Amino acid sequence: MGKRSVVPFGPQHPVLPEPIHLDLVIEDEKIMEAIPNIGFIHRGLEGLTEKRDFKQMTYVIERTCGICSFGHGMGYVETIEHIMGVGVPDRAKYLRTIWHEMSRIHSHLLWLGLMADAFGFESLFYQAWRIREKILDLLEMTTGGRVIFSVNKVGGVIRDINAEQEKEMLLGLAKVEQEIKEIEHTFLNDYSVQSRLRGVGILTKEQAHALGCCGPFARASGLSYDMRKLGHEAYGELDFEPIISNDGDSYARCAVRINELYQSIDLIRQAFAKMPAGDIAVDVKGMPNGEYFNRVEQPRGEAVYYVKADGTKFLNRFRLRTPTFANLAGLCEMLKGAEYADVGILALTIDPCISCTER
Amino acid sequence: MAIFTFASTMLKQLFSKPVTTKYPAEPIQYPEGSRGHIDIDIQDCIRCGLCMMSCPTGAIKVDKAKNTWTINRFDCIQCGYCTQCCPKKCLHINPGYQTPGDKKYSITEEHILTEEEKQKAAEAEAKKKAAIAAAMAKKAAEAEAKKSE
Repeated sequence: MGKRSVVPFGPQHPVLPEPIHLDLVIEDEKIMEAIPNIGFIHRGLEGLTEKRDFKQMTYVIERTCGICSFGHGMGYVETIEHIMGVGVPDRAKYLRTIWHEMSRIHSHLLWLGLMADAFGFESLFYQAWRIREKILDLLEMTTGGRVIFSVNKVGGVIRDINAEQEKEMLLGLAKVEQEIKEIEHTFLNDYSVQSRLRGVGILTKEQAHALGCCGPFARASGLSYDMRKLGHEAYGELDFEPIISNDGDSYARCAVRINELYQSIDLIRQAFAKMPAGDIAVDVKGMPNGEYFNRVEQPRGEAVYYVKADGTKFLNRFRLRTPTFANLAGLCEMLKGAEYADVGILALTIDPCISCTER
Repeated sequence: MAIFTFASTMLKQLFSKPVTTKYPAEPIQYPEGSRGHIDIDIQDCIRCGLCMMSCPTGAIKVDKAKNTWTINRFDCIQCGYCTQCCPKKCLHINPGYQTPGDKKYSITEEHILTEEEKQKAAEAEAKKKAAIAAAMAKKAAEAEAKKSE
C-alpha cells in the first residue's frame, strides 16, 4: 500500500475554466477520495430579490449563467406565472420551447468542444465551436442577443419569430445537423478519443439514483429522468423520449449529449410545424402572492426554482438549485478509484457550471 | 476501432475560406433587432422617470428640473426593460455595442423646451404659486380668527 497524499485541483485549472476546488486524496496515482470546495464566486443573487422587483428579477436571474440563460429566465417567469395564475398564449409557449432547445444545442456543442480540448484534440474542439457559432447567429437574429436573450417576461415573450426567420432557422439547423454528423463520427468512433473515454469514471444506475444526479449525467447512467416530460411549455404536445445509455462511463455521457443534439433539432422542427398563430404575451396586472416550486430541464440537468411572494412587488424568498449542485455528489463518487490524469476529464463530464451553482 | 476519422473534415477545412473575419478591418454586420445600446428620442420624452425606476442596474438617471436624460452605457445590460416601460415609446434598443473605455462615463441628452412647453411650464408655475399664496392666506386668516377668540 502506497502513501496517501493530498493534491489540490483548482480553483484555477487549465482543463476546467470554472472555479471549483477539489482536494484529491491520492495513493499511487489513484484517487481515494475527493473533497469539493466551492464558494469562490458567490454573487448574492438570491439576496437581490430584496432590492429588485419581481419583473426586474427576470433580467437578473437569466444572468445566473451565460449558457443556460434562456432556461433560467423561463423557469423563473413560469414560477411567477403559476403563482399569479397567468395563462400564457400558446404561441409564446412554442417560442419558449424553440429558444430553450436552441440554447440546449449551443450548450451541448460548447461542452463537446471543451471535452475535445480536455482530451487534447484541439482541432476537434474548434470544429465543435465553429458549428456552435451558427446557432449563436440564429439566436442573435431571433432574440437580439448571442448568449443573454432577455425575451422572457411575465405573461409571455417580447419577440416573435416571423416566417422569414423561421425559414432561415430551419435551413440553418439542417446545415448544423449535417455538420454535427461529421464530427459525431470522430467523437464516437475515433481510436484515440475512445481510449480516453471508454470505461473511465463509471457511475452505476444505483449510485446515480442514490446521489440524486440529474440531466445528461444521470441519463448516461441509465436513469430515465427528463423534466421536459413533465410537459411544461409546449413539451407536452411534442413527441420525444429521454435519451439514455446504460454504460455510465464518460463515453456514454458524450454519446447521450450528441444524441440530444439531434433530439433538440427534431423538437424544434416539431415545434415549428405545430406552432399556432396568435398573441405572444398577455398583460399582467397585480403582484404575486403565494409560493410555487418549479422544475425545468436545463441543458445541464434539472434546475429547481422556488418563489415565495407576499403580495408586494418584492419577493419574500427566491431559491434556485442548479443542476451542477446536484451532480457534484456524483462527481466525487465517480472520482474514487479513478486515475489522477483523468480528473480533468471526469470533472468536465458532469458539465459543471460553478458560476450557476454559487449564484 | 477507426483511426483518421477526422481526416476528411480537416482536408475540407484546409481548402475552404477561414471561418473567422478580420475584425475590425472588416466591419461586423449586426442582424436587425440585435440588442446593442439604448437610444432616446429626447424631444418625445416627458421626463416621467419610469425608465429610471425600471432599470435593474440603475444605469439611467432622469433629471426633471434640468430636463435631462442620462445613461451610463457601461452599467447598462441591454435587457430592454426600459423600452417596455416607456409610456411614450421614445426609448429604442439599437444594434452596435458600447465601445470600450478606460473609465465609466455617462451620456446626457437634454430635452429642449418648445415655446408651448415653456408657456405650459410657466402657467403651471404660476398656478402653483397662486395655490401656495392662497393656502398661506387661509392659514393666516385661521390663526387670526383663533387669536380673536
